[in-house]
Amino acid sequence: MSKTFKLDGREIPFETGQTIMDAALAAGVYIPHLCHNPEFAPHGSCRVCVVDVGGRQVSACTAAASEGMEVDSSSEAIQATRRAILQMLFVEGNHVCPACEKSGACQLQAVAYYTGMLAPHFTHFFPRRPVDASHPDVVIDFNRCILCELCVRASRDHDGKRVFAISGRGLESHLVIDSASGLLGDSSFAASDKAAHVCPTGAILPKGRGYETPIGERLYDREPISIVGDVRAHEEEVL
Amino acid sequence: MNASAVVTVEGFVAESLATHGRDPRHLLQHLIRVQQRFSYVPDAAVEALSAALDVTRTQVRAAVAFYAFLHERPRGAFEIRFSDNITDRMLGSRRLIRLLIERLGLSGLPAWGRDLIRDDGRVSVGLASCTGMCDQGPALLVNGQAVTNLDAQRVDRIADLVQEGIPLERWPGEFFRVENNIRRRGLLLGNPATDGAALRRLVDEGADAALAEVERSGLRGRGGAGFTTALKWRFCREAPGTDRYVVCNADEGEPGTFKDRVLLTDYADLVIEGMTVCAGVIGARRGFLYLRGEYRYLLPHLESVLQRRRAEGLLGTRILGRDGFDFDIEIHLGAGAYICGEESALIESLEGKRGVTRKRPPFPVTSGFDDQPTVVNNVETFLASARVVQWGGYWLRGEGTDQSAGSKILSVSGDCARPGIYEYPFGTPVHRVLSDCGAENTQAVQISGAAGATLSPAEFDRIIAFEDLPTAGSFMIFDDSRDLLDMVRNFAAFFAHESCGFCTPCRVGGALLRNLVEKVAAGQGSEYDLSEMRHIGAVMREASYCGLGHTAPNHVLNTLDKFPSIYRRRLAREAHTPSFDLDAALSEARGIAGRDDPGTHIHKLSGETA
Ligand SMILES: Cc1cc2nc3c(=O)[nH]c(=O)nc-3n(C[C@H](O)[C@H](O)[C@H](O)COP(=O)(O)O)c2cc1C
Ligand code: SF4
Ligand code: SF4
Ligand code: FES
Repeated sequence: MSKTFKLDGREIPFETGQTIMDAALAAGVYIPHLCHNPEFAPHGSCRVCVVDVGGRQVSACTAAASEGMEVDSSSEAIQATRRAILQMLFVEGNHVCPACEKSGACQLQAVAYYTGMLAPHFTHFFPRRPVDASHPDVVIDFNRCILCELCVRASRDHDGKRVFAISGRGLESHLVIDSASGLLGDSSFAASDKAAHVCPTGAILPKGRGYETPIGERLYDREPISIVGDVRAHEEEVL
Repeated sequence: MNASAVVTVEGFVAESLATHGRDPRHLLQHLIRVQQRFSYVPDAAVEALSAALDVTRTQVRAAVAFYAFLHERPRGAFEIRFSDNITDRMLGSRRLIRLLIERLGLSGLPAWGRDLIRDDGRVSVGLASCTGMCDQGPALLVNGQAVTNLDAQRVDRIADLVQEGIPLERWPGEFFRVENNIRRRGLLLGNPATDGAALRRLVDEGADAALAEVERSGLRGRGGAGFTTALKWRFCREAPGTDRYVVCNADEGEPGTFKDRVLLTDYADLVIEGMTVCAGVIGARRGFLYLRGEYRYLLPHLESVLQRRRAEGLLGTRILGRDGFDFDIEIHLGAGAYICGEESALIESLEGKRGVTRKRPPFPVTSGFDDQPTVVNNVETFLASARVVQWGGYWLRGEGTDQSAGSKILSVSGDCARPGIYEYPFGTPVHRVLSDCGAENTQAVQISGAAGATLSPAEFDRIIAFEDLPTAGSFMIFDDSRDLLDMVRNFAAFFAHESCGFCTPCRVGGALLRNLVEKVAAGQGSEYDLSEMRHIGAVMREASYCGLGHTAPNHVLNTLDKFPSIYRRRLAREAHTPSFDLDAALSEARGIAGRDDPGTHIHKLSGETA
């Protein structure tokens, strides 16, 4: 018999070594996440996957599942914490959804809907961040970067290139590109890189394909993220 | 400063590589040397290090941007940083900063991450988080060297020395004098002398016997978390791995803590002996002492102690003549990052990277430096371990409480007659410390640093012990003439500056919290802002990735509960106040129109309308 734990009252089977997130996704139960992508090692930075285990909040993507544990992923308290974290992400960058090409197929936006976040709530920082359109095939809009490091990990661990890194610290933390000019066009980045296909927001976008799918008909316009899951798994249809 | 005759950046880097090696994990140490030599890290150094160490130039730049003491652009030939802990401010540091700035012909005030740099490149003035001189502040760092006991006269003299371009070696020696100020000695501070007795016992009776003594003593870590030391050593000893490492955490970044500085000054032999005993117990051949950059002035002293111990057969190969007992220690410098006191961030930093906290588990005892089993202990813990192995576990147990064996060394600062180092048995009440150090009319005690707890007089009966008030040793005193909101502002800015930026709640929440505290301090806050502060604080406490974010809102949450009046008396009005002042925004338009009559003002929605 396999081992199980309880997630919102439901029995979830798991193998030793699996995280709460791994086991839940395998059982078809959605736990919201942004920096997590099952193809890469757990990261634990966005904190959106926070769940309650015996009165302690842990990130589902990094916490190991254990026999008999009771996990709360849906109470109002947990959803409120997630909402606050999302609101922080929204005021940290410049996320103008109505003017964003990724709207409707953006995981940040979809997770925000999922948690019932209706407004950014906190005071906006309105940082000044550039857009880098130097690459022939891909554009980077740093305004929409949430520092999830998926592109960093994909480029380093999958593409073997180390095109991206995080620089600075605290609120000054920012994504940087490894080239003499700091521009993507001068780096070794290619549109076929894994790193071009993992961004959960509209920060890394292919050129020349904007609005191919009209707004209103996009992935999360049709069904919520809790049903259809990550945008990366639907790349062909949404871009 | 001018030890090297090499002048080009490339030449300097080549020399550093030749002397200190091409291990990519030495990146940070190379960068610190470059910074020290050139007052910044020039592009040429970035390129040279990137090429030699197989790290990308982006990784090099990212490290430079992470550490507060490394810079992408030149600082002054004299790079001055005032320690900006609340205790420095209480001793008048702000006034002295203004005085120096005026004397140097600079304008404005330095802020976190914003240094004032004089056009001629002679001098720059910036801030540093607490430099660990709270009992002899205000203090500053000039080119990394600590200057203590600042007053108007000393600042005046410094301005002259800078104007005249006198090199540091010719500055008055007393500027750099750092006192120990040991006021109360207990179990550990009683006697600094050692002749290697703990090591001899280890060699004579074996590692099991030594570990058994540490176990018997009940010793718990003195760096804050209080993990049982013997258990940590045992876990590490039993963890699978090819190599094992011993790391002494001398980052001492917690504001108001300075006892490790004193231990490294007068008790370095015992600290190193404790590390060596640990190495013998766990089977490590290499160790590191991670020394915060603020204490780089201790480097020659520590190197000489290491050298002498090697000569005495207490360190290096065949320790005490025992075949196979080889252990040596390297000192690595930090470069201005509080998070690097957190053990996994410290290990990242030892490996030359940005000091970002690692995912835990795995803990360092199974996967630490180079992913090998690693013990990280505080300076004081190693000192206590040496004595425990020498004198036996019962010796430590003879003092303290059930769950807290032995003594705790406190760094006492703030409003008291005799700031300095005090060692007490665990179980000592707060009021006892206050009376011993000559504190009067005490309004509050901040225990265990900015990350710790704010105590009100009703709590002065509480005891210093893991079961009541755990502390890493910082004890800052505020008398009733102080406005505690000044403390809150200082700590909120500190945490926003020191967040590593990895996780959302601490990176963004910390900045939001700081901004709200400033809004209230400026008299623009409302009850709503106070509840927002609680809300953000709760999310940081619950959902942050590491201990920094978990504890960063403590001071706000504690003072909101225990000292609500420091906020209330500043509130503009009860309900909501926008962070944007509409009336002020219209002032430019009023100027253009040449009008200032009531009709051109949006009336402040004060009491009468709200
Ligand atoms: C933000 C943060 C800063 C820390 N700073 C220090 C420090 O400066 N010195 C220290 O010994 N421990 C510090 N710690 C605790 C270390 O992570 C670790 O627990 C300690 O070094 C273990 O040693 P000990 O068991 O001897 O106390 C810090 C922890 C956190 C979360
Ligand atoms: S660009 Fe996208 S994938 Fe990369 S860190 Fe930013 S949000 Fe994450
Ligand atoms: S709580 Fe998060 S952002 Fe803050 S120091 Fe720890 S990992 Fe970094
Ligand atoms: S998805 Fe778990 S912390 Fe980001």
